[in-house]
Amino acid sequence: MIPPAPPLLPRSRAWSWRSQTFRGWVYQVLTLALLVLAITYLMSNTFANMRTRGIQSGFDFFLQPAGFAIGESLFEFDSGQGYWVAYLVGLSNTLRVALLGIVLATVLGTLIGIGRLSSNMLVRGLCAVHVEVTRNIPLLLQLFMWYFVMTELLPPIETPLKPMANVFFSKNGLQYPLPEWSAGHWGTVLGLLAGAVFWRMGARRAHRQFETTGHFQPARTHLTGLASLLALTAIGWLAGGAPSALSVPEVTEINVVGGGAVTPEYLTLLIGLTVYTSGYIAEVVRSGIQSVAYGQHEAAVALGLTHSAELRLVQLPQALRVIIPPLTSQYLNLIKNSSLAVAVGYPDLISISSTSLNQTGRAIECIAVVMLCYLTLSLLTSAAMNIYNRRVRLQDR
Amino acid sequence: MNPAVFTPIAARQPPSQVLGAWPWLRRNFFDSVANSLLTLLVLALLAVVLPPLFNWAVWHAVVQADNAACRAAAGVGACWGVVTEKGRLILFGRYPFEEQWRPLIASALLVLLLVVSCLRIVWRPALVGAWVVVFTAFYLLMKGDVAGLTLVDTERWGGLPLTLLLSSVSLVLAFPLAILLALGRQSQLPAIRTLCVIFIEFVRGVPLISVLFMASFILPLLMPQGAKIDVLVRVLIGMTLFTAAYLAEVIRGGLQALPKGQMEAAHSLGLGYWQIQRKIVLPQALRLVVPAIVNTFIGAFKDTSLVTIVSLYDLTGAVQLALGDADWRKFFMEGQLFVAAIYFIACLAMSRYSQWLEGHLNTGIRRQ
Repeated sequence: MIPPAPPLLPRSRAWSWRSQTFRGWVYQVLTLALLVLAITYLMSNTFANMRTRGIQSGFDFFLQPAGFAIGESLFEFDSGQGYWVAYLVGLSNTLRVALLGIVLATVLGTLIGIGRLSSNMLVRGLCAVHVEVTRNIPLLLQLFMWYFVMTELLPPIETPLKPMANVFFSKNGLQYPLPEWSAGHWGTVLGLLAGAVFWRMGARRAHRQFETTGHFQPARTHLTGLASLLALTAIGWLAGGAPSALSVPEVTEINVVGGGAVTPEYLTLLIGLTVYTSGYIAEVVRSGIQSVAYGQHEAAVALGLTHSAELRLVQLPQALRVIIPPLTSQYLNLIKNSSLAVAVGYPDLISISSTSLNQTGRAIECIAVVMLCYLTLSLLTSAAMNIYNRRVRLQDR
Repeated sequence: MNPAVFTPIAARQPPSQVLGAWPWLRRNFFDSVANSLLTLLVLALLAVVLPPLFNWAVWHAVVQADNAACRAAAGVGACWGVVTEKGRLILFGRYPFEEQWRPLIASALLVLLLVVSCLRIVWRPALVGAWVVVFTAFYLLMKGDVAGLTLVDTERWGGLPLTLLLSSVSLVLAFPLAILLALGRQSQLPAIRTLCVIFIEFVRGVPLISVLFMASFILPLLMPQGAKIDVLVRVLIGMTLFTAAYLAEVIRGGLQALPKGQMEAAHSLGLGYWQIQRKIVLPQALRLVVPAIVNTFIGAFKDTSLVTIVSLYDLTGAVQLALGDADWRKFFMEGQLFVAAIYFIACLAMSRYSQWLEGHLNTGIRRQ
């Protein structure tokens, strides 16, 4: 039996003023004490200032009527409702522009990022120009320019652009036809859900088949899935009595009535954010694709994979691993950048809050609520992206 | 069984022409049917877009500051006259007109120092002294009230000098703070680490506008009674804290990239914590992240435009101010394009510099 080796350097148990542990405690206690002192000092200043200026504090104003109208909102809002409803409108407006912006910027950015690697020199050059121009000009300036285009250069409402039948594009924004909601549409919704479930089941069956037999038929599976989705939706729509009433926008003498509409402010912000962020996403996508070693391509070709199979099974999974983390931070940037809405008068969270601040004078409360909202949004986004990242990252054995 | 007999196959044809204009064209524009179609499509698009753009921007453009001529050409040609007419207002904001040589010299000094600082030969301690001297000179020139210069309140500062001042000062002030935050985040002491993480993640989780709102509305409340705090200083504090959080993450990247052996070697030599950081860790870590710091500076330079929202007239704000004039309001786009071009050139130069630096700086140092 081998006796356990004695430790080379016996740890000194003797307590010492100079031990690292003790000094560590001293530093931490000192830091915290300083911090508490500073906060106490600043807070006492704040209370004194608020007393002399007669500023009230507290969050009770949230229940009082807001007293201002909001230009656009997802749901009905009138000035008699409380500040908290106004904040909800602001939050929903922020989300409305940020979520759609994320989707559009991802699509555009991916296309441009792939375009930068094209073998076609013209496409490559155009994409490079897009990336450099969008990334090197401040977003605020770009927004001002888009706003000028939307409100000054577009034709007036009397002579709108008509890219499609019943779609109007003018200084008054974009108006488009919208199906009118009726009870029969529940059939359509049910059909759509049933189709989606069917598609998902088919995909899982195909996956099981792939695991057991090695037969892999993604195109067939998904085409069948798509067909059944469309068919079931159509059946549901017919079963609901085929409601086909459309609310079509019509130009009257002063404005446009009916249909769906978005304001020029919304369009400005959406286009501005999409274009600006697409430049960054393009760079993320390009560097992700370039990070996949060339040997992977050679190996895929040697295995006889087709071009699309190689992209889907070899290149993309490895590129995604590199792309997801920086893409997450671009999404976060887009959400935060949507706060520039205040510059073009779109009623987002910041601009609602700044109006409330001017009316109530409660700066600390208003700004704290806004920061809390953005922090929550940021945390939720990174949590969601982290879940996705866990799925695509390298699985260690 | 027959022994295999070697029968040579015919030699492969040499590749057809690979050099010269035609193969180059084919390789870059027409190497497949899809690519050929794409090329034609892009060419058609360019043919539709470029000639009218050229006509508007160059051929029919009005360069003199002649409002009548501009109005006559509206819609057909660009009115660059708006830049000739309002150029000084755009570049210097509301700074008194006769005194505008002062911001001009001050900005020139700052730009010169920025350019000089890009050269690696001058990266030595004396550079810090040069920055202090130039910032002092900048402040005295702009503010006046010394050597016979008239006093100009910070409220009237604007345009390019303000943009340069805000972005460079906030980065310079944020730098030491960011180093402390990054080291704190890597620290073994839980309380310090937690505080640093909370600060960094909080600031990075909220938009710059909300930080600027905080700086302009809440900061005055935090001051002792009767103390006035200048709006420029408030915005600078906000921007510095904001930049520091982002910079701290950049520096943390550098700290994490250092091989652990460096620290262990330093420990075994008997160096203390601050000695290790100062002599071993930071010189190597910072060198790794210089390109990323330049990128942070580009971000700060662009973000400065947001001070417009808390009513400081930097380059972006000054152009809005200049184009508020009803006579020239129509030529908003030309003025914006002028300012956009300034930003574009500055940012492009910096990002090219950062790419160049990346290639030059770390050769032979990076591991693996």
